[in-house]
Amino acid sequence: MTTVTAAPAVRRGGSRDLAGTGALLRLALRRDRIMIPVWVLALGLTVVSLGSTMETLYETAAQRADVAHSMNTNGSLRAMYGPVFSDSIGGLVAWRIGGMAAVLAAVMSLLIVVRHTREEEETGRQELLSAAMVGRRAPLTAALLAALVANAALALLITAGMATSGQPAGGSLALGLGMGGTGMLFAGLAAIIAQLTESARLAKGLTGAVLGLAFVLRAAGDAASQNASSPLTWISPVGWAENLRAFADERWWVLLLFLAALAVTVSAAYALTARRDLGMSFLPARPGPARAPASLNGAFGLAWRLQRTTLLGWAFGFAFAGAVFGGIADAAADLVGGNEQTREIFERMGGQQALAEAFLATMVGMLGMVAALYAAGSVLRLRGEETGDRAEPVLAGAVGRLRWAASHLVIAYLGTAVVLTVGGLALGISYGIAVEDVGAQIGPVLGAAVAQIPAVWVLTSLTVLLFGVLPKAAAAAWAVVGACLAIGWIGPALKLPDWVLDLSPYGHLPKLPGSDVTAAPFLWLLALSALLLVAGLAGFRRRDIG
Amino acid sequence: MTKAISVAGLHKSFGRTHALDGLDLDVEAGEVHGFLGPNGAGKSTTIRVLLGLLRADRGAAQLLGKDPWRDAVELHRRVAYVPGDVTLWRNLSGGEVIDLYGRLRGGLDTARRADLLERFELDPTKKGRTYSKGNRQKVALVAAFASEVDLLILDEPTSGLDPLMEEVFRDCVERERDRGRTVLLSSHILSEVEALCDRVSIIRKGQTVESGSLGELRHLTRTSVTAELAGPPNGLTRLPGVHDLATQSIEGGRGHRVKLQVDTDKLDAVLRSLSESGVRSLTSTPPTLEELFLRHYQDDAREGATGR
Repeated sequence: MTTVTAAPAVRRGGSRDLAGTGALLRLALRRDRIMIPVWVLALGLTVVSLGSTMETLYETAAQRADVAHSMNTNGSLRAMYGPVFSDSIGGLVAWRIGGMAAVLAAVMSLLIVVRHTREEEETGRQELLSAAMVGRRAPLTAALLAALVANAALALLITAGMATSGQPAGGSLALGLGMGGTGMLFAGLAAIIAQLTESARLAKGLTGAVLGLAFVLRAAGDAASQNASSPLTWISPVGWAENLRAFADERWWVLLLFLAALAVTVSAAYALTARRDLGMSFLPARPGPARAPASLNGAFGLAWRLQRTTLLGWAFGFAFAGAVFGGIADAAADLVGGNEQTREIFERMGGQQALAEAFLATMVGMLGMVAALYAAGSVLRLRGEETGDRAEPVLAGAVGRLRWAASHLVIAYLGTAVVLTVGGLALGISYGIAVEDVGAQIGPVLGAAVAQIPAVWVLTSLTVLLFGVLPKAAAAAWAVVGACLAIGWIGPALKLPDWVLDLSPYGHLPKLPGSDVTAAPFLWLLALSALLLVAGLAGFRRRDIG
Repeated sequence: MTKAISVAGLHKSFGRTHALDGLDLDVEAGEVHGFLGPNGAGKSTTIRVLLGLLRADRGAAQLLGKDPWRDAVELHRRVAYVPGDVTLWRNLSGGEVIDLYGRLRGGLDTARRADLLERFELDPTKKGRTYSKGNRQKVALVAAFASEVDLLILDEPTSGLDPLMEEVFRDCVERERDRGRTVLLSSHILSEVEALCDRVSIIRKGQTVESGSLGELRHLTRTSVTAELAGPPNGLTRLPGVHDLATQSIEGGRGHRVKLQVDTDKLDAVLRSLSESGVRSLTSTPPTLEELFLRHYQDDAREGATGR
């Protein structure tokens, strides 16, 4: 089978290649009429509203200067948020949320692009569209334009919002462009990856993995350097937005980096799309076995077969992140200054005793929060099988509903434990090697990672509840997980009321390693998780399939 | 004879849509039963209720003497299901899917599996994503026919199959019947139903409108009759069950040509009346299943049109 056609006759006058782009763009925006506004408003308003919060939290310039200084001298905070370049209100907003918002803009963009390119081909919808007056390059162009609309709206909202609330116009623009630029960068990257894989799920996963890698590199670079000048930060596209230095004597030339990278990725994607057939990829399908292996022996064998690659990918990612963070933990702790306020903020953020422990605790907390993304995705495979009409024939076999649900849920719950254990091990070993005492470090760090599991399971079970009781709204699990991440990410620094912080299961965990452990919070979280799970399964047993 | 499927007064609503509105369905053990009806009549909904995937709002349903909702797992060991639109896992080969379905049912006859693969000309090493629509359908069919089950539920199983493969399919269904298995065949291909089914049920808007053997159903429809008569037709208009009567003199006054439709159970009276006028030639066409079927479909379309 030839999936790649011979050298294409590149036609001049690409207008025909673009025929139908307008109609496809309108279709994309119509389909995303809920998704894009929700993303843009949630992201943009969070960023803008952070300005007034910062104003109330740090009223005087002296307070802000002090905060900026103490943040910059704390490696774990720099790893999470990047350095503070300016102690103005705008500068603090850019520091606190800029990195995260850029990552989320990237997630939004990759979802949009894959949804309107590879997913359309995979489902066969593109075939119908392409049989009409639709040019060869139109689908990709429309998808990129849809991403551009979303990112431009986000950039505009942030710029206008910051500027009207009294921040300097230049800095506001730099902040907005940094978010939108990062978004577009990953739109371009997703456009390339969508040409390489035949599966939309894999395209999203791979682009997400690149994003995760970029984030880890940025975090490591920022932990190692006080002014984002580490090569690690510059390699990472996520680091470019912070190097725009919004509100701190903006370095506009960094925008050229965005433009150049966008030009490269987009032209590569166009080149690839011109050289392949519709629905095909550059990674050709190999024949499979004629008989099923003994392991594919029922619902559990099937679920394992469907989920094992994803689990392997996550475990690998956690091992990588753990190894990187463990390696820089000691260096990050070295740089911390000793003033009183540092310690206060710092304790609120993470640890209580040694500074390295605090860094490790922060990193473990981050792994715990990210693991919820794995767990939710794993549970939602059930919904994907159901809406993809693949659950029906399995349930028409001698497989009870509970058994079928359990086949995927076992992987969701145990997989969560696996990725956190792997991440904790890698973090502990890597830190142990750095301080030349593996034996003493591995236990506490691994224990801290394992302690995250009950909190992740609560969110896992919440996803099961949605799937069982409100299947049409099952995707809302992402919003719940996102809200918990947001609370963990920006909640403590905003001095949010305790009841808000307590909404997130992570708020009930002790800061580990480095503090006392009591059984009570873990038991409560486990009990809650079990309760939600049982309720979800009870709902699923009762409802219609499909 | 025991009933393989027995459904009475089944109701199922989705929000405001009333998908099943008191549906009845009886399938005897060992028969091939045709399940017909226009799109959206409720065939697939009925099948999903029978498979325990949907829960009926009201009414009774039994599959092989058991409750399809409560005893789902136990029943499904004895049931093979082929949907009209087979979706496969993109990274599993067809052979793996066939074995998996066999393992999810009462087991697979390996010799039959090999034979079916050959007869359906299916390559089991291809991955799910590379199969065409017809070949995906074949994967599910091979899995169903090779499974050790008592009842096959086939929901428009031949969509996408080429005519040769449809022959193979018919042959397989015949074999299943010979083996004493029960088949519920939902289909739009009337020649297929006519060739295979012992009895059929026609449903419309969630209700059963006809049920019986093809012979019985034919009896309920009209036969078209064309005749050349020596003398003028006499009293045909007065006969009950005569429709669309058209009379015409043959040029030169050498007789009359008559065309009419008659309810099949009133045919005898019409023939007697015709012979009184001296029949020179006569053709009588029995109703095709198409006509039978179209009558119900058209009723539906007409009601739909007037309803607007």
